[in-house]
Formats: sequence, structure tokens, C-alpha cells
Amino acid sequence: MCTALTTRVRDFLRGRSLYNGPRSGPYEGLLLSTPISRTFAELKAAGKMAFMPFITAGDPDLETTAALIRELASQGVDLIEIGFPYSDPIADGPVIQASYTRALQRQIHVNDIFECVKGVVETAEEKRPNLVAMVAYAIVLRVGAEKFVAQAKQAGFDGFIVPDLPADEADEMATIVKAAKLDLIQLIAPTTTAERTAKILELASGFLYCISVAGTTGARDELPPALYEQLEWLKSQTEIPLAVGFGVSKAEQVEPLRGLADGVIVGSAIVRSAAEGGVAAVGELAAAMTASAHELP
Amino acid sequence: MTSVTTATADVPDATGRFGEFGRRFVPETLMQALEELEQEYARAREDATFQSELDALLKHFVGRPNPLYFARRLTDHCGGAQIYLKREDLNHTGAHKINNTLGQVLLTRRMGKGRVIAETGAGQHGVATATACALFGLPCVVYMGEEDVRRQKLNVFNMETMGAEVRPVSSGSRTLRDAINEAMRDWMASVADTHYIIGSVVGPHPFPMMVRDFQSIIGRETKSQSLEQFGRLPDEVIACVGGGSNSAGMFYPFIEDKNVKLTGVEPGGRGAEPGEHASTLSYGEKGVLHGSYSYVLQDADGQTEDVHSISAGLDYPGVGPEHSYWKETGRVQYGPVSDDEALEAFGTLARLEGILPALESSHAVAQVIKTAASRSSDDVIVVCLSGRGDKDVYEVARLLGKEL
Repeated sequence: MCTALTTRVRDFLRGRSLYNGPRSGPYEGLLLSTPISRTFAELKAAGKMAFMPFITAGDPDLETTAALIRELASQGVDLIEIGFPYSDPIADGPVIQASYTRALQRQIHVNDIFECVKGVVETAEEKRPNLVAMVAYAIVLRVGAEKFVAQAKQAGFDGFIVPDLPADEADEMATIVKAAKLDLIQLIAPTTTAERTAKILELASGFLYCISVAGTTGARDELPPALYEQLEWLKSQTEIPLAVGFGVSKAEQVEPLRGLADGVIVGSAIVRSAAEGGVAAVGELAAAMTASAHELP
Repeated sequence: MTSVTTATADVPDATGRFGEFGRRFVPETLMQALEELEQEYARAREDATFQSELDALLKHFVGRPNPLYFARRLTDHCGGAQIYLKREDLNHTGAHKINNTLGQVLLTRRMGKGRVIAETGAGQHGVATATACALFGLPCVVYMGEEDVRRQKLNVFNMETMGAEVRPVSSGSRTLRDAINEAMRDWMASVADTHYIIGSVVGPHPFPMMVRDFQSIIGRETKSQSLEQFGRLPDEVIACVGGGSNSAGMFYPFIEDKNVKLTGVEPGGRGAEPGEHASTLSYGEKGVLHGSYSYVLQDADGQTEDVHSISAGLDYPGVGPEHSYWKETGRVQYGPVSDDEALEAFGTLARLEGILPALESSHAVAQVIKTAASRSSDDVIVVCLSGRGDKDVYEVARLLGKEL
């Protein structure tokens, strides 16, 4: 009875083009039950793109992290990626690496991050940005994937990005995250082949994180032309929202992505502005980026 | 516990698994390059031309086969088993590392890539990579922790003389582990035209398998020389384990010879406390580091711990996944040897045999000195003397309070 109803709702949503998720695979039909997919569906209905800033937990301390989350929420950002500092972050450029080192020097622990986020979420308004944990697989594995996901959910996280867990190894974690009705975000790179793309799309959930350039995180002046081609091709392959990250740092980079991408992610530029100008500077950058992403076409 | 009970030489499987260990935990950006490398290596392995070119280089450029040498005075000194040394220290560039870099440079050329990057700890792998790149006219960048640049000035000079660019790494602990991080970051951005020659049996699949295969020449030669010189296989084989390439190359051909005891010696440093050693298999936990699942020295949050060893080449908080598999199956016994024991062995081998071993290899020598007496004089122990000690004399002199 209940299943039949869910199926009918899903079919209805598909008919209305609101259903973002895969047509098959482990996430079939579940997507609109996750907070992140609801956010993208709402933005899409309103014709807006998502703005998703990244901050490093505990840089330079967790009080600042809490203040940054509140500031970003008040600027109307759609999703906040919260980086769990890791000792050996191979996907990250110098800015984020340095922020991880600063946080780890203060002996930050995974539990402290959960506590901090929980504190902010409990006092937040009902409508708040989605929170996504950006975390190395070494940390997830050490804590235990099941326990990590449960604790994160309890703290108020809505999804996970595990940059060193490729789709080939992600089945187990994806099953755990799915059972928690949250999203394990998959990444796609400029070097990803069509064959790999198919495998990644099978697991994709929430949104697809499109890495704009081969390389580590960090601001670039321009996004490579091949990115636009890849986005266009991806649009023909999937209905899952596409978000562009790595190399995005300013509002001018948003306009050319309109119509191709459903969201933009800014990491290093936010982390740098937090280190140099504090909460106010981050608020200013976030306001400009959000305005640009939410601008109607 | 895992379901694996007996170690086999038929690993890894197609997904890079040695039992539960190994696999690939890297950013998506690198996955395509790893798949390409895996395919190209599989073709090269079956290609007689590739193998004969590598064999010719190993013979005429490296000087293989190197001797399996009976250490008579060391044997007498220990008063037990007969001790033989596999003389990897006599290879061109002074260590086993060249076996791997020549193989990988040939692969680089096969894949049509025009630039090579590498990481180095003690500098031996950096020198071996710089050497192979000079031989083939390939530009080469070597990442090396600042702390290691200080400890191994001679090797830095040698690399630069051969045309390599040495980039000091100032992040994290400024040693081998950070050099690997930095090399991987370079590779993320340069993967289209660059091959990363990793120096040990670590990293994502297919690196652990490929480096093991290239280093297996050590064990294969040892087997045939044993049969030739004393008519049977040795009773025990001892090698030092940092990342674990000389030991993997030495042990692998013996894996199915169950009567040969295999002993891996880890850097015990100054003691068993975190930060005082680099004995990953003795004191570590299962986890992920540098793209593979293996034993790792990490804290309760999964953060990699700082490590210490007198030897820059063993100063690494991870270990090759195949070693974790051998530990788990009980095929290889692993245990630590301290800084002091290694330093003592360095002097002992120098005085008794006229051989200055690398501080890495001194750990294996220390182990044989500890155990040879407990065996009968009919028994034979082979020690992998993975490198020569010239690079270490400044550090040893400093530790002994002497000025050079």
C-alpha cells in the first residue's frame, strides 16, 4: 500500500520533471526523500542555481566555524561543505592544506566537529542550508562508516563527500548513507571516461560534483572550455543536478555556467578570505556569490 | 579476522586486492590514469621485447646479477647459522631502487608520456629515478621532505647533477609521507603527460603489484644462486621493511616455498610509543593511506601519526598492502629492531666484512646478528643487503659525535 503510493508520487514527480534522481540503481525513487535533493528541486523550480561554500572545521577554532556557518546561513547560501581536517589530503591545494594543518595543530577531533555542528543546527532557523561533510576515507574508516554516518546525521549533516573514495569502492558506504536517507555525493573529473561516468552515475545521489580542472583544489582565473562540453554531455546523460567545483572563486565565473550547471562550489577562496578577513569577509564573498547564483536568467 | 588462511603468490586480483588489502582510494581525477597504467603494464608484462630490454639494462647498466655473498667472519662472530648477503648494495646507484625505476621508465616511454615525477625519502629512489631519466633523456622532478634534504645532502647533489629537479617539501612532517602527498598532487594536475614513478610497493593498484614484480629479480636471483652455491633454498630470509620494496622483491618468489622462513624487520626507532618508531605492521591499525588499504600508524581519528627512524628510507607511517596480507596470513613474521641495534650492526658489518651497509639494511643485519646463534651451523640465512651506506656516513658520524 505504502510502496504503491510512493511509486505513484514518484511517477507524478517524474512527469513534472521534478524528479532529479537516477532511473535505476540503489537510489531509485529515494532522492526526493533527501534534504539535498529537495533543495535542488526547489531551486530548479525557481530557476536558480545553488551556491555552496566550503569551510574548514576548526580553522582556526570551532567557535569561528560556528560563526561562519551562521553567517553563511544568514547570507542565504544553499549548502555548506564542512571540511574535516586530515593529515594527508592529497586532493587539496595549498590553501585548504594549510587550513587543515592549522586546525590539526589545535588538536581538533572528529567528535568536536560533530558537537560544534550540532550546537549550530539546534539553534538554527527551520530553513537552513544543507550541511555536507567533506571527509577523507581514512577518517570514515577509522571511526567506522556506520558509526560515522550515524553520528553525522545526528549532528545535522545531510550528506557526505569522500574525495578519495571512487565509485569503484563506494558501494558499502553508499548503502549505509542511503539507509540513513542522506546523500553520498559522487565526483566526476575532466579525466573521467564515458565508461567510468556510467558507473559513477549509477551511484550518484544528491548532486554530482563536477571537478572543473585536473589538479588540486584552489582558485583559477578561468574555467577550461572542455568543462562546458563535459557539462553539456552530462546533462544529456542524467537528471541529477550538476555542481561545479575546484577553481571557482568569483561571481563572474557563475554566469557562463548558467543553464549548464545547477550549482557552484567555492572552497579555497572562502577559506582564504576567512583566514585573512574573518567572518565579515566571508559574509561579503558569500553574499556576492549567492546573488550571482540566485540571479534569474 | 579475514577468511584468508594461506598466502598465495597469485595476488592481487583484478581489483588490486591482496586478501582484503590494497585496492584504490584516490581522487577520481587519477582513476583513469591508474586504469591506463594497469592495462599498459599488463601488456608490457607479456611483451618479450619489453622484458628483454629490461633484462639487458639490468645486466649491462645495473650490473646484475649481483653476488649472493657468504659472510664468513660475520657467521663466525654470530656462531650459528651460515649468513649470506644478497648484495643489492653493489647495484649501480648503490641500492635495489634502480630495479624498479628502469622498469617504470620503460613503461613511461611505452605510454608516450614525456615527464617523470617521483618522491624520495633517503634519496635512493630519487637518485635511481634521476639515473633512469638521464639514461632516457626524460625531464624529472623529485619531491623530497625538507628534513630528508638535510639528512641526505649527498643524494640531493647527485640527483641535481644528473639533471633532476629536487623540490623540497615543507608541509606536514617534511619527510617521505609528505613527499608522496606532494608528488600525488603534482600528478593530479599533470596526469595527461606525466608518469609518477612511485618508489615502493605502496600506493593505489597497480603500483604495489608492479613495483613488487620489478623488485622480484632480487628473490629470483637469490633462489637460483642458493641452489647453485649450497644446493638448496635457505632456511630463512631476512629483509628490512619501510614501505617494503626490497623485502617484497626478496620474499615474493619464496611465498610458496613454505619451508623458507621469511622475516621482515621494521624500524623500531627509540621505542614503542607513538612518534618514536615507524613499525607499521608491529604497532599499526588497518586503514587507508596514500591510496591503499593496509596497516597504518594512525590515531583514533584516522590522522596519520608522526614517525621516527634513524634511517630516512624507513621513516614511513604506512606499508605496502601485500605485507599486510603476508602478516595477516602469517606467511611473514614482522618485528622491530631499534635505532641503536641498527647503528651497532652498521659498525659490526663494516669491521667484520668490509661492507658499509645503508642504515635501512643495517636493520636486517641487526636481526640476523640477534638470531643466527639460535640456529645450527647447517642452517642458512640470507639477508637482503638492500643498499650501501655511503649516503649515511654523515648522519652516522653526527650520531657518534664525530665531525667529518
